[in-house]
Amino acid sequence: MITTVAHLKRGQRGIIKEFAEGILPIKLMEMGCLPGNEIELVQVAPLKDPIYINVNGSHIAIRRAMAELIELEIIEDSPLL
Amino acid sequence: MSKQIKVALIGNPNTGKTSVFNQLTGLKQKVGNYPGITVEKKEGVCKLPRGVKAHILDLPGTYSLNTTSLDESVAVELLLNKNDKDYPDVAVVISDVENLKRNLLLFTQIKDLKIPTILVINMADRMSRTGISLDIDLLEEKLDTKIALVSTRKGTGIERIKELIADYKNLSVGPVIDTTVIAPAYFNKLRDTFPKEDLYKLWLVITQDVNFMPIEKTPIKIPSDFATKSKPELKRLQQKETILRYQFINGILKQAYKVDINAAKGLRASLDKILTHKVFGYLIFFVILLTIFQAIYDWSSYPMDFIDESFAAASEWVKDTLPPGVFTDLIAEGILAGIGGVIIFIPQIAFLFLFIALLEESGYMSRVVFLMDRLMRPFGLSGKSVVPLISGTACAIPAIMATRTIENWKERLITILVTPFTTCSARLPVYLIIIALVIPEGRFLGLSYQALTLMFLYLIGFGAAIVSAMILNKIMKIKGKSFFVMEMPNYKLPLLKNVVYTVWEKTKSFVLGAGKIILAFSIILWFMGSNGYADDFENAETIVENRIKTEGFTDYNNNNIAKNLTAYKAALQDSIQQNTYAITPQALQDSLSLKKEVLFEKAKNQEIAGHKLENSYMGYMGKAIEPIVRPLGYDWKIGIAVLTSFAAREVFVGTLATIYSVGSDEEETIKNRMGAEIDSVTKRPLFNLASGISLLLFYAFAMQCMSTLAIVKRETGTWKWPAAQLVFMSLFAYIVALIAYQLLK
Repeated sequence: MITTVAHLKRGQRGIIKEFAEGILPIKLMEMGCLPGNEIELVQVAPLKDPIYINVNGSHIAIRRAMAELIELEIIEDSPLL
Repeated sequence: MSKQIKVALIGNPNTGKTSVFNQLTGLKQKVGNYPGITVEKKEGVCKLPRGVKAHILDLPGTYSLNTTSLDESVAVELLLNKNDKDYPDVAVVISDVENLKRNLLLFTQIKDLKIPTILVINMADRMSRTGISLDIDLLEEKLDTKIALVSTRKGTGIERIKELIADYKNLSVGPVIDTTVIAPAYFNKLRDTFPKEDLYKLWLVITQDVNFMPIEKTPIKIPSDFATKSKPELKRLQQKETILRYQFINGILKQAYKVDINAAKGLRASLDKILTHKVFGYLIFFVILLTIFQAIYDWSSYPMDFIDESFAAASEWVKDTLPPGVFTDLIAEGILAGIGGVIIFIPQIAFLFLFIALLEESGYMSRVVFLMDRLMRPFGLSGKSVVPLISGTACAIPAIMATRTIENWKERLITILVTPFTTCSARLPVYLIIIALVIPEGRFLGLSYQALTLMFLYLIGFGAAIVSAMILNKIMKIKGKSFFVMEMPNYKLPLLKNVVYTVWEKTKSFVLGAGKIILAFSIILWFMGSNGYADDFENAETIVENRIKTEGFTDYNNNNIAKNLTAYKAALQDSIQQNTYAITPQALQDSLSLKKEVLFEKAKNQEIAGHKLENSYMGYMGKAIEPIVRPLGYDWKIGIAVLTSFAAREVFVGTLATIYSVGSDEEETIKNRMGAEIDSVTKRPLFNLASGISLLLFYAFAMQCMSTLAIVKRETGTWKWPAAQLVFMSLFAYIVALIAYQLLK
């Protein structure tokens, strides 16, 4: 199974994997959502959507549908808050 | 006067760009629109050292030069077009010390346009708290620029910006990144085709419409046959460019930017935990909403009453002071009444903008959007639609202006189109008087029928907004994928100066924008109501006087006079019996006949006014539309009231007051008068349950607000949407009112 940002638990972190071209809007990449950068899941909205992440120091909210497009490698020892 | 230095402020949203702008220009600023579009254009003048002046242009916030919205494309178009009159001599890029990495992306792009560029690093006061240390000299060297470390909160560093601007000729104009390495072959080909053009500029022009609708005025003409790359390919290259730029930035910041991670978290994390909590989050939001409602309905009533009284007094003063005549009437009843009708909304609008400015400045608004987004989505709305829908219960005008924060055009348009359904404060006077007339007193489960009716009307307003949003979402085909990326800015204590400026600017633009239309309409209404072309109008005095001589007053006036006289007599006799003062029977009789004369005179004037109105242009219009409103249970008089309230709903009560010849505006009197009105066709009271409900429903749904239509036109840039709104909402209102009346009668 592919792991994506949508699978992160609160406080968990991961490293963004290479992703296929043109999947993500350029705006998201400008916010620092690029391969190799770290993502932390900060908060999840009450109805599980949208989610609130910290990527490369940028705090942004995205909808779950988009989070499912961002593949990552979870950092296993990341502390659960 | 020497030539002003042209400065463009540019930066990511939430970097304090507006604060820098405010501190550079003070109140010497001008807010307008870019020609043809609704993006706000802010300009100001700044005094520099050595007597030089700078013209400062505050460009819309943007994350990069790869445009994804109308606001952003404004910034890019200007920077690409050397012939634009606002093309800057120097660009000042505002960044925020906590998000420096992301902010530098935009900086490197602007630098590569070979414009002299200054980097402002704002929020320097936060550095110690967030554990950040910077090597400014190294940054200046690596980024080939001059840096001003600024704290707009503490007011430090502004002088440094001014000095750098004055000294702009010494800034380097060299690029920092060679973009051509992302696709050497492609860029070589570009160079061969356009040997005279700058390659990076060309690249930006070519990619402008990749993520956004095509821009109309392309500064550099690209032959359309130069389609050597498809859109996906261009997007891929943009992605490569972004990665390239971040590599460059990361390399520099590794040396020049140190952050102590342990100091970084804290307040933000704990506030986020509470404010986006699944229980407390909604609870806090609810309490804030209640406070806003309280301010808008309750606190603003004091200044509103004051304004109302002042204008009534001014109108009275004009009538007493100026010689009587058409001109005096125009000023007193047309212009003053019209301006008063606009000014009266200022307290509500100022309060609303005050709260919205506070919520936005503090960073809380993003959390509300985060909480509400999922709930709004099934209706084709965004989390960002919550703010306008709430504001709409005060007034649709500021609400529609508040939709500007919604980036997605479709979601924004739907929000604009459905917001007028929410029960705005102008509907309230209409609801109150009709409910009092037709809904019986009495209680259901301890709640009065009247209160329940009012609540029901608020609910169907929201219901109509939500349902029509759902329908619009289904039928509207607007290109542009709905993606949602929202920055969650750090919490800040709002800067008083910024809040005051925002409230001032927004209120001013409402008063000037909507004011013109309301004023024009009230003058037209006044003219149509006080002029007529037939003898019936010209000789109203004689006609009515003759009729009174032969037939006496109308039944209503006769009853009214009798009632008033009896009351007066009783009061007099009371005083006499209590021996307050002695009075001869003769004096008593005199006093009574004096009172009678006064009452007769008043009744006569009222009947003349009523007769005039019936025979004025407005009266003719009312008669003309009677066949249309008859099926809803209204006579021509209600018809006129409905028609005039197409300018603004609250006009309804005022118009009926004039039509029913009630001179004063005491609500009780109007209510009694309306209650006594008999329908000439059905011979039943004109305001009965059926016609009342039909009126209530009509007002709940109809688009009767010129100002809202004008704002929708301004915000959508075309008359198409306000026209659609007017037609759809009015038709819908008519049909619902028709069904209600026919079922209930």
